[in-house]
Amino acid sequence: MQWIIFAFAAWVVGWALNIWLSNMTLKGFVRFAIPIIFGLTLLTIWEGVVRGFDVSAVLLPSPSAIAVRFAASGSILWEDFVQTMVKGALSGYIIGCGSAFLTAVIIDRFPFLQRGLLPVGNFVAALPVVGMAPILVMWFGFDWQSKAAVVFVMVFFPVLVNTVQGLQASNAMQLDLMETYAASPQQTLVKLRLPMAMPFVFNGLKIATTLALIGAIVAEFFGSPIRGMGFRISASVGQLALDMVWAEIVVAAIVGSAAYGGVALIERTVTFWHPSQRARS
Amino acid sequence: MNKILPVLTVIITIFIVWYIAAIWLNSSWAYDKAMREGKQLSSIELIADTWSQDKPKLPAPHQVALEIWETTAEKKITSKRSLIYHTWITLSATLLGFLLGTSFGILLAIGIVYNRVMDLSVMPWVIASQTIPILALAPMIIVVLNAIGISGLLPKAMISMYLSFFPVVVGMVKGLRSPEIMQLDQMWTWNASPSQLFWRLRLPASTPFLFASLKVGVAASLVGAIVGELPTGAVAGLGARLLAGSYYGQTIQIWSALIMAAALAALLVSIVGIVQRLTLKRMGMV
Repeated sequence: MQWIIFAFAAWVVGWALNIWLSNMTLKGFVRFAIPIIFGLTLLTIWEGVVRGFDVSAVLLPSPSAIAVRFAASGSILWEDFVQTMVKGALSGYIIGCGSAFLTAVIIDRFPFLQRGLLPVGNFVAALPVVGMAPILVMWFGFDWQSKAAVVFVMVFFPVLVNTVQGLQASNAMQLDLMETYAASPQQTLVKLRLPMAMPFVFNGLKIATTLALIGAIVAEFFGSPIRGMGFRISASVGQLALDMVWAEIVVAAIVGSAAYGGVALIERTVTFWHPSQRARS
Repeated sequence: MNKILPVLTVIITIFIVWYIAAIWLNSSWAYDKAMREGKQLSSIELIADTWSQDKPKLPAPHQVALEIWETTAEKKITSKRSLIYHTWITLSATLLGFLLGTSFGILLAIGIVYNRVMDLSVMPWVIASQTIPILALAPMIIVVLNAIGISGLLPKAMISMYLSFFPVVVGMVKGLRSPEIMQLDQMWTWNASPSQLFWRLRLPASTPFLFASLKVGVAASLVGAIVGELPTGAVAGLGARLLAGSYYGQTIQIWSALIMAAALAALLVSIVGIVQRLTLKRMGMV
């Protein structure tokens, strides 16, 4: 009973605190604090409800149990992380985004190809590409190569479409200016059109980070060696070891946010001139 | 009009590459078989064989087309072997999840726009929630909901809902905030009440944003439903067809499910597109 009261109290305190903070003048610190308080309040309520109502660990483990499991199985989590994220997702991401970028630069030279590939690429980007996973697992075997292939297929089209769009972002006046400088097509590409395309490219890269993680994990549901995050999740669900599943999800969340943040950080250094970046500082 | 020729060229090229890849990927099996029978394959025989194997590494397009025809037109819809039946299972989960996700997303967006505390505390988490590869949660959601007695449509729809609510929230928050100061001032000079301000200015102004989000949302919702079918042990649905196909090496079945999923995605997105065009036209926005 007291756990339920505790959860309720946490909710009231957290909510009141946030209302109070929201009415203050927003300095950088307060802006950060509000969502963090909200998250902590949710965690506390979760903990209180799980303990108060005695929810079985098979249904929903408490945050503290997840934290204990997370701390205790560091080596397994690390092994899975290396298998899925570094070998599978990262290599597929780099190869996929790199070749999509190069393809976009090449087809930019041929308006005919551009008009043909852009609708098709847009179409493919909306398809449930994850479905390719069983086929690619069959072609490339159970190890990380097949996961990298799934990631490749998933990230290729969003990045391609965004880059092609970005390369068309320079307007006529800017192109005319380059022409008056007697710039060669290569110079125009490197000095004007590629920089102008960067906001679009990074938009594609950001979409691709989440897709890459999803691709690598889901591909493991179709077959994998006995390590990897997707394998561990489906195996642990089978054993009803839900605290392990949640620990893997915590890892996935941390990696996902870190990858997204990393790309956003690079974006900020590369496209520092763009209005959306300047406004913040 | 000037797009049709290039698009056709690209599509035809894809088919040619597909056929050539089928020869290349399936040839080792054909050679093996010929070797066991002690025959020499001429190149014509080789090509004919690679395009008509039972369990090819890459089925040729006409094999997939034939399989789709057999499992849609020649089977009863209620039969478990009918692809229409499986597509319907996936479609119903997709639509339910899409509906739930859209309504939840719109409500959340209204809350975020009208309540400063919610804006400051919830919005960062909505964005953060999408950097998490949520599909990893799918097996757990299905199993846990099964354990407390909810099975069938709803667990899959929950996953679809989670995937489709994000674009809607982001789009609607942008849309509800899109009226300019001048338009708001105009409403105030008419002494409009807050509810009139909402129904007559903010909501209509947000429709173009809503439809853009719905297109993304419906595609995401389908992915969610397909992945949600994987961990239930391949009972029914397009995802189940994919999994069963990969267990038994039925590549033609995998490809036909895949093509069906692609067609379904295209259909759903274009339906949203048509509704978008009609609505915006009636509202005089295009």
